[in-house]
Amino acid sequence: MDTTSHRGRIWVLTDKSGTLIEDIDTDQIFHNAFLHITELAEMGQYALGNLEGWKDFPKKAKPGDIVAAGRNFGAGSSRQQAVDCFIALKVDAILAPSYSSIYFRNAVNSGFPILRCGELDSLTAGRKLESGDEVEVDFLSGKGFNLTKNSAFSVEPMSAVQREIFREGNLFAFGRSFGR
Amino acid sequence: MGNTVIEKIIQAHTADEVAPGRIVWMDLDIRSARDFGGPNVVKNYEREYAGLPLADKSKTYFTFDLCAPACTLKYADNQQACRDFARRNGVEVYDVDSGVGTHVLMEGGLARANGTVVGTDSHMNILGAIGAFGQGMGDVDVTFAFRTGRTWFEVPESVRVVLKGTFKKPTSAKDLTLYLLKVLGTKKIALRSAEFTGPAVAGLSLAGRLTLCSMVTEMAGIIGFIPECGAEARKEIESYTKTPYSPFSPDGDAGYAETIEVDVQGLSPQVAAPPSPTNVKPAVELRGTKIDSGFIGSCTNGRFEDFAEAARLLIGRKVKKGIMLKIVPATRRVYKELLARGILQDLFEAGAIVVNPGCGGCAEGHVGLTGKGEVQISTGNRNFAGKQGKGQTYLASPAVVAASCILGHIAGPEDL
Repeated sequence: MDTTSHRGRIWVLTDKSGTLIEDIDTDQIFHNAFLHITELAEMGQYALGNLEGWKDFPKKAKPGDIVAAGRNFGAGSSRQQAVDCFIALKVDAILAPSYSSIYFRNAVNSGFPILRCGELDSLTAGRKLESGDEVEVDFLSGKGFNLTKNSAFSVEPMSAVQREIFREGNLFAFGRSFGR
Repeated sequence: MGNTVIEKIIQAHTADEVAPGRIVWMDLDIRSARDFGGPNVVKNYEREYAGLPLADKSKTYFTFDLCAPACTLKYADNQQACRDFARRNGVEVYDVDSGVGTHVLMEGGLARANGTVVGTDSHMNILGAIGAFGQGMGDVDVTFAFRTGRTWFEVPESVRVVLKGTFKKPTSAKDLTLYLLKVLGTKKIALRSAEFTGPAVAGLSLAGRLTLCSMVTEMAGIIGFIPECGAEARKEIESYTKTPYSPFSPDGDAGYAETIEVDVQGLSPQVAAPPSPTNVKPAVELRGTKIDSGFIGSCTNGRFEDFAEAARLLIGRKVKKGIMLKIVPATRRVYKELLARGILQDLFEAGAIVVNPGCGGCAEGHVGLTGKGEVQISTGNRNFAGKQGKGQTYLASPAVVAASCILGHIAGPEDL
């Protein structure tokens, strides 16, 4: 992939009170009832299928959308499908203050832009970022801009290894780039 | 400055400089995949590496533990796809008769102190209990590991968790673990390697060490180690590895990001109420909550002593009419010992449902599912909303689960 910045509509995963949902675990993202699925194309329909208030996400999501979530996103299982279901829907990036270690790795290894954004809680609480806003994020510089609200924010730029895997496409292509 | 346990293990597996925050390329001693994740690994491998050999078939394993034996056609297909791949590539399969993969790798002497072990199981870090760096990984990572024997890893910070005081039975390692979940939550050791120390953990049996280390995942930690090791645990570990147990110890001047003290003096039994493993209360506060079913097993509480403790309470008593008590030994070896010592008979006579080894209700595959409105008390490690079905799951020790199933509501052994 050449482009290091992405513009798209954002979904901010909040609860009924408008607070960012923390500790969203992989059974809420991609339930274990569907763990037997190995085809990427079949995975999208189950994205967030067990997250209260967001079960209709696959119907609402459009290619190019961005997802924002609370801290410790992707807790729980090692299932790659919890990343792949977003890739299947052609979601283009995920933002959260932090992630479970395994989830973060899985996304990085798939070449899927997963970015840490420490400001998300305050942006959400201050209604400076809401579902439906059009935002632009530069994965390398970490610069973010909310075009709907005309306000800037920042994310942590990709680390060196994340950048290299992203550039090559995924861990397999990255490995081949240096003969592994 | 000296090094922590995780830093020493990683340094023994890389030529790169090891320091917290650095990304290193690390050799992996054991690479494994389960009947979940495994089929995806096979598919990835055949797409990305068709015709190319594994880095080392003698270090590569499949462990089937999730849906064992397969109870859906999809799992039957997926397991067979792994078996066929394994046969073509000369890889050993711990098949559906074996039990929980992490425990099987430990009992087989394959996962060892100071080694690195990966697999498609987020509780792979349970192997911190025997001083190994176990790490759960997704199918992309594990496919790459099958082919190359390596992966990249960001060296985590280490945190020291000092436990002050001691406790007595019936308070168990599970109660300690649940209490730590309450105190540490999912923030305090998040993305870090924890070293637990103090009299409350120094003398834990291997089963108790496994219980504590398994739930570091629910604390959002990378892994937990217990550098001190009592004679009983040491003996059991050595019976599997057939060599003296000599895990890395942290240096006296090792660099910790933080030291956290937790007072566990006189700790009482604890229960995690739905919908999160960190939603922990003293068991007495939940006493009287009606239950429909109980579950004893999982990687967290599936060892011989977990069932022996339950049987101790169930002998001469009965599971209350209308309550289901499901028993799932972690491994075939545990099952055999339970058979040989008459424990399975005791559990059977008390009215429990005893099934073959495996993961149990943590995923959809085996037993331990709940229907809408059902209340389950389980020795497992997760009770997230909807995980095991639409029912409500409480997490507790084997003793609390057994007592609750006898009385039909949440209770401790003292209530019997």
